[in-house]
Amino acid sequence: MTGDDAAGAGDGRVTVDATGLVCPLPIIELAKAARGLEPGTEVTVLCTDVAARVDVPAWARMTGHDYLGEKKTDGAGIALTVRLR
Amino acid sequence: MFLDASGSAPMTNRTLEAFQAGLADGWADPTRLHTESRRARQLLDASREAFAEALGSRPEHTHLAHSPHAALERVIAGIFTARRGRDRIVASAVERDATLHAATHVAAGHVSSVPVDPRGHVDLEALARELAVPDVALAAIQHANHEIGTVQRLADVAALTVAAQVPLLVDATASIGHGPSPAHWDALVANPADWGGPAGLGIVALRPQTRWLPAWPEGDDWAPGGVLVPAVLAAAVALQERREQLDATSLRLHRMVGRVRDAAAAWPGVDVVGDPDERLPHVVTFSCLYVDGEALLTRLDREGIAVGSGSACTTSTLEPSRVLAAVGALSHGNVRLGLHPGVTDADIDRLLALMPRVISDLRAEAGAPEVA
Repeated sequence: MTGDDAAGAGDGRVTVDATGLVCPLPIIELAKAARGLEPGTEVTVLCTDVAARVDVPAWARMTGHDYLGEKKTDGAGIALTVRLR
Repeated sequence: MFLDASGSAPMTNRTLEAFQAGLADGWADPTRLHTESRRARQLLDASREAFAEALGSRPEHTHLAHSPHAALERVIAGIFTARRGRDRIVASAVERDATLHAATHVAAGHVSSVPVDPRGHVDLEALARELAVPDVALAAIQHANHEIGTVQRLADVAALTVAAQVPLLVDATASIGHGPSPAHWDALVANPADWGGPAGLGIVALRPQTRWLPAWPEGDDWAPGGVLVPAVLAAAVALQERREQLDATSLRLHRMVGRVRDAAAAWPGVDVVGDPDERLPHVVTFSCLYVDGEALLTRLDREGIAVGSGSACTTSTLEPSRVLAAVGALSHGNVRLGLHPGVTDADIDRLLALMPRVISDLRAEAGAPEVA
């Protein structure tokens, strides 16, 4: 999987599917997807790795983006969203 | 070069000699009445007095247990049992697993977690709110954190527990032997392996007025079946040795950790965790963005450097460290250093020279983006 899997760019929302990946890969996928996106874009990471719940907010803090929160997804996973600055 | 001494520090020659002397003189069962037994008992009693002096407790209220875990389990169960009618345990979010497991075991469904701020200090207002309800059997707040080094403001904590008349259990397993012993507690637990004594021993100190009841079959015996007398003697000698050099050693290690903190904070994409000032002298944790913790430990081990980690990827459960999660720190690519008195400035120089290259190599291997 690469950052090219990021889908939905154009309406200001991008989804990164990191389902089944374990740390630190979900964060790497998020960072790759975020590269080159417009400020204000909301990027949602879909993941099953529990460590991402800690690491996505920490990534946002360390890289100067805004962490917006998490939601349960239909499956076993969670969706964590950041807004790029 | 061993930089993972938090919880298990290497033994000095003096400690090893004490252990051997203990084997020669303290092999007998200390509970019997003959000369050999009395000799073993004298070694135990003298060791207990040394522990009590260091902890600021009385020897008769200073108990030995089979491990720090067993000490925490027994003291939590013992105090809980004596506090009949109160069924809740309040614990900080950064307590050891052993504390939380013991609390959950005796007070299933009635354990309240008190959050900490980003530097790891207990939220005193939240603690006060928890203590305001009169059903609390005990509060467990550690002296210092074994992963991030933050030292709690126990005077403030104790002001709240004293006002609420709730016994305060202080887990000092990461701090005894590294600086002043805490003054504010009703029950205290220490870990000899952390100050360079043998593993397999825990110490419980209680105030004379701290109520407890045996929650186990062996009455007032905190270590049923007995403890290993040579290990107890070695633990006491190790603590004595640490205390003799405490000021100089803690100052030196405090400076080394300060160097690591400053250097790591300047590396791109590295998060240095814990309070920079109110901290243990010898413990520091930092996390590296986009780095696999297990790969990091393996690579450093290949370079002859042993470090610890709270990364999810280094545990079998893949659960991130609860401590790192509680302070909102990055949980992957985590390096935890625990320095012991034998660590030199040259060791730290080598680590600091190596780390930036190791981090960038591992990021490149993982296909991570450049970090500004």
